[in-house]
Amino acid sequence: MSTQTKQVYGYLAEFKNASQLYKAAEKVRDAGFTKWDCYSSFPIHGLDKAMGMKKSILPKFVFVGGLTGFCTAVTLAYVTQVAIYPTIVQAKPANIFTLPAFFPIMFELTILLSGFTTLFGLLGLMGLPRLNHPLFESEQFARATDDGFFIAIEAKDAKFKAQETKGFLEEIGGQNLELIEDKKN
Amino acid sequence: MANATDNSTKRNGPKLPVLEREKLILNGRSYHWITDRICGVIEKPQPALWWFLFIPCAIIAAIGVVGGLSYLVSAGVGVWGNTNRTMWGWPIVNFVFWIGIGHAGTLISAILFLTRQNWRTSINRAAEAMTIFAVMCAGIFPAFHVGRVWMAWYLAPIPNANAIWQNFKSPLLWDVFAVSTYFTISLIFWYLGMVPDLATIRDRAKGIRKKIYGIFSLGWRGSNRHWTHYEVAYLLLAAISTPLVLSVHSIVSFDFATSVVPGWHTTIFPPYFVAGAIFGGFAMVLTIMIPARFIYGLQDMITMKHIDNMAKIILLTGTIVGYAYLMELFIAFYGGAKYEIAAFKYRLTGPYWLSYVLMMSFNVLSPQIFWFRKMRENLWVVMAVCMCVNMGMWFERYVIIVTTLPRTWLPGMWKAYSPSAVDVMTFVGTIGMFLTLFLLFLRFLPCINIAEVKWTLDESDPHHEDKEEINDEGAVSESAYQHELDNQAPKA
Repeated sequence: MSTQTKQVYGYLAEFKNASQLYKAAEKVRDAGFTKWDCYSSFPIHGLDKAMGMKKSILPKFVFVGGLTGFCTAVTLAYVTQVAIYPTIVQAKPANIFTLPAFFPIMFELTILLSGFTTLFGLLGLMGLPRLNHPLFESEQFARATDDGFFIAIEAKDAKFKAQETKGFLEEIGGQNLELIEDKKN
Repeated sequence: MANATDNSTKRNGPKLPVLEREKLILNGRSYHWITDRICGVIEKPQPALWWFLFIPCAIIAAIGVVGGLSYLVSAGVGVWGNTNRTMWGWPIVNFVFWIGIGHAGTLISAILFLTRQNWRTSINRAAEAMTIFAVMCAGIFPAFHVGRVWMAWYLAPIPNANAIWQNFKSPLLWDVFAVSTYFTISLIFWYLGMVPDLATIRDRAKGIRKKIYGIFSLGWRGSNRHWTHYEVAYLLLAAISTPLVLSVHSIVSFDFATSVVPGWHTTIFPPYFVAGAIFGGFAMVLTIMIPARFIYGLQDMITMKHIDNMAKIILLTGTIVGYAYLMELFIAFYGGAKYEIAAFKYRLTGPYWLSYVLMMSFNVLSPQIFWFRKMRENLWVVMAVCMCVNMGMWFERYVIIVTTLPRTWLPGMWKAYSPSAVDVMTFVGTIGMFLTLFLLFLRFLPCINIAEVKWTLDESDPHHEDKEEINDEGAVSESAYQHELDNQAPKA
């Protein structure tokens, strides 16, 4: 016997188009909310600023990833070919002057590790993959990947008060307001 | 000081006609129409033509690749036409051919992204898919060309039983790193770009399809806190793919250029190979996109402007390739090295002269027709030129390998080369495999980047409504490609 208890996730509101969403986002930001998000089927130019978000830190990860790739390549090529087992092929030197012959490998491994860091860094920062999300309970939310523009304010936000937040979303132009509940068994 | 501000608000230019920037998406389509049309390709039953193409391609792939390679493994690599002298033969011709095809995909997805060419959005997905499939076809050849394919792991940087490592100074090992990196990064780029679109399909699907697309869309929900990281990731991948794609074919060309074989030992090879790869790749993109555009009614998204732009790139790169051919020839004679001269004389007048003539006429002469706008607008002409270029680029690699290796330094080792039936079978098989994979891609994955296409619409700019019309007094607006819009009745 499991009784379903429901927890409020937050309020979802739809906006007419990209510029309405942009203007609404500025108002939500100015009202001081922190745990909220905009949803659209394509990235909207400048919305990050309207939401008061910081720049992504992904490039820093990728720089470290690329550096790791570079060091791996130097070690792999130099240590095996020069330090441990000096391999003389076609009378070419096996010393520090061999380095230029390793440039392609260094380049490729830098790129490879940067690519992997981009992929996994991105997934980490986004908190994906995940199989479900409370917002998927909403029927209209399916349109977020088609032609819908939404804002959801989470109940976790310190400023969230069910009725007031609903009123606020309506005031800034939100339509089809919906209370989203997180199903927990 | 006050005059300066006055002048900036008032525009007193010469009264010239202004060409309007042509729209990337025609007929003012809505977001929902775009979603519906692209997802419709995979949601509706496939047209009969799809099956007519898919079944023969799959059979050719099965016989050619699976059958041909099984026979090769059981009988030994001698079933190919390779000889001690022409040890590379058709397999490496095919390898270079396929790997080159892939380059246009990365050029469209990465380089055109960095240069803010928004027209790429309608074609980048299919072009990237083409890259992946072409690299898969390419990978088959060197893997089996090693002779004993079960020993192909020797290519990986792992010491063998005697603790001897690979020769990291060898261009062949550079090639292993370059091609495998290229494949991996292209796959990541393609897949990450597809995640938002897979989510779109997920949200329209039901039952088991919803589950499968749901898993591959990673729980994407269009959140702007995700988009912000996502856009940075996409930019980073574009930034690393750009030098990568240039490096891959440069390194492939090093396989030839760092040898001491007359006809190969030239410094022009890297740029010449890269230009050729982009050239051949664009021809292949058009070869598969023009029919796909008709079959699935995507004319409003892949417009004449896209085809026109690609035709211009083919013209440009084809001319660069022509320059490289002539310069290579000129330097061979101007340089005065007798072995080099002999190699080029053999290319032009030896038993393989026809392949040289075909290469020149297909690659250099045929694209010149694109100087004429009327020709770029005639899809039959475009298709014909693209087919010529596809063949011409294969002949280019044939000329480089097969007209060089049978005759090098020692006359005692001269031996004519001809491919075997298994060679032909495997190559034709990879064409079948490429088309099979591409048809499956059209069937199961979004063939146009839905999110990016939506992004190019005017109303996607949040400041679209606030923009004031700048009235350029006296200027006459002329819509580019108006004649095409007039000819083309809006489709429902």
